[in-house]
Amino acid sequence: MALAIIDKCVNCHACQMVCPTGSIRKGKNDLHFMINQDTCTECEGSYDNPQCSSICPVECAIVDGDGEPMNPYGSLTGLPIEKAVLV
Amino acid sequence: MSLDLKVLGNTAENHAPQGGCSAGSCGSTDDQLSHLPESVRQRVFNHPCYSEQAHHHFARMHVAVAPACNIQCNYCNRKYDCANESRPGVVSELLTPKQAVKKTMAVAANIPQMTVLGIAGPGDPLANPNRTFTTFRKLSEQAPDIKLCVSTNGLALPDYADELTKHNIDHVTITMNCIDPEIGAKIYPWIYWENKRIRGAEGARILIERQQRGLEMLVERDILVKVNSVMIPGVNDMHLAEVSRIVKQKGAFLHNVMPLIAEAEHGTYFGLMGQRGPTPPELQALQDECSGDMNMMRHCRQCRADAVGLLGEDRGAEFTMDKIEEMEIDYPAAMERRKKLHDAIHAELNANGNQHTNLTSDGGIPEGTRPILMAVASQGGGLVNQHFGHAKEFLIYEASPSGVRFISHRKTDLYCTGGDTCGDGDSILREIIQALEGCEVVLCSKIGYEPWELLEEAGIQPNGEHAMVKIEEAVWSVYSEMHKAGKLAEKKVRLQASA
Ligand code: SF4
Ligand code: SF4
Repeated sequence: MALAIIDKCVNCHACQMVCPTGSIRKGKNDLHFMINQDTCTECEGSYDNPQCSSICPVECAIVDGDGEPMNPYGSLTGLPIEKAVLV
Repeated sequence: MSLDLKVLGNTAENHAPQGGCSAGSCGSTDDQLSHLPESVRQRVFNHPCYSEQAHHHFARMHVAVAPACNIQCNYCNRKYDCANESRPGVVSELLTPKQAVKKTMAVAANIPQMTVLGIAGPGDPLANPNRTFTTFRKLSEQAPDIKLCVSTNGLALPDYADELTKHNIDHVTITMNCIDPEIGAKIYPWIYWENKRIRGAEGARILIERQQRGLEMLVERDILVKVNSVMIPGVNDMHLAEVSRIVKQKGAFLHNVMPLIAEAEHGTYFGLMGQRGPTPPELQALQDECSGDMNMMRHCRQCRADAVGLLGEDRGAEFTMDKIEEMEIDYPAAMERRKKLHDAIHAELNANGNQHTNLTSDGGIPEGTRPILMAVASQGGGLVNQHFGHAKEFLIYEASPSGVRFISHRKTDLYCTGGDTCGDGDSILREIIQALEGCEVVLCSKIGYEPWELLEEAGIQPNGEHAMVKIEEAVWSVYSEMHKAGKLAEKKVRLQASA
């Protein structure tokens, strides 16, 4: 039960500021932010929705346990998919 | 409560021009301050952001300490800095508050003209309250001679109105692109509010309410508020005059309309969807409408969040973090040097302020003669003193029988991201010419042969004969020459043909 951040992340710090469990840290080598898989609760018991993926501005930066994007292409910008992948 | 708020911007009818000039403009745009209440005028007179005279002599800078944002704008791509506060495609090096304080003090010690420090992103400063207010608190303590300013989308503003009164905050800029949630839904796809992502008109409605509440709260607390709007043709262009009326009624002392900049390569929603920005004449028409009676101080420009130094120069390369870490700064000593310089500049500005150049004394030009726009290349000091090829922005002046007035700044490097997309030679020139649309003359200290020819072809007369002359005088003398040569009788022949 944990979300993960992948390399689409632009290091905007937003998710870190809203995580109720303090599970988000800047990754090693300054690559991108990372979610601690041991402490992330997917916000269960704290909020109705995972906070990190509710504020993250970048499509496909945060994925669920199955690797599926929490915010798929087009879901935040409203762009048609063929354009959303260009962002 | 809001009935007691100051209503600005509607008082100019009652204002009789001061001094010995027959016209209200008289070449000095600082006359535009005269409609403002004394308390506000005191604070914006000689302010580097608002006084045309002063911004040639003072400088400001931004520090990038605030990465997170709480809304999405359709003109923004979060890979880059806040599009509203910088050029598109710019990435600033994110600083910790500690680094930002050191950088600010290093610049202030080395460029004593630097008097205003802004926090404007890369995200929303008030969505990063700890980083933003730590920076402000330390600077208020350690460098009390620096004015602080902050730009925000307004969503979190009501929560921090009280905190903002605690620091050396000079003014707050709120970006408000609409007051109608349906229009807002076309500009803001979502906001993050009370732990949820809220989309569409509902999100826009909350944002608009918070912006207006924030504006009222700051005015109640006597903090100067400027409102910025991005003009998006077909989306909010018809709506911004109403926005302007409301925000001035609520007490904003200035409403600044900026052009949308949208290119596919910036990867923004508007860029990728082919939304166009306004042409310079469209922008100017709206700016005229919003200012109504020329009350808007047009030299308030879209700040270049990435630039350090005086108008027209960028010394950012001298102040990279690794260089700054090495610097020893004796701020108390610097503060004394700064004070001396500031006093001298203020003395000079005050002296100049009282001395109106009586432009229209030489026989004058008959009423009804058509006004024309001229672009001026200047590095500051109020003089025509820049080589055409070095100008990254032009000052646009209008000459008319009643005198010379400053209209706006036009940047020529807006589309240049420094990468492969940047053309050279010809294509840059063509972009400059496009940016100068509507102008009939370009004044500069020097100009090359090639650009001269291209400008002439485009119907813009280059003029290098007034190098080191005061801008207003140079513009007026060219206008007079054109009048004598019968050029003002002719209708302007070409416009927009090659766009
Ligand atoms: S899902 Fe919740 S707990 Fe897990 S990282 Fe995101 S914000 Fe933190
Ligand atoms: S909010 Fe998204 S883009 Fe920003 S740091 Fe977190 S994962 Fe990265």
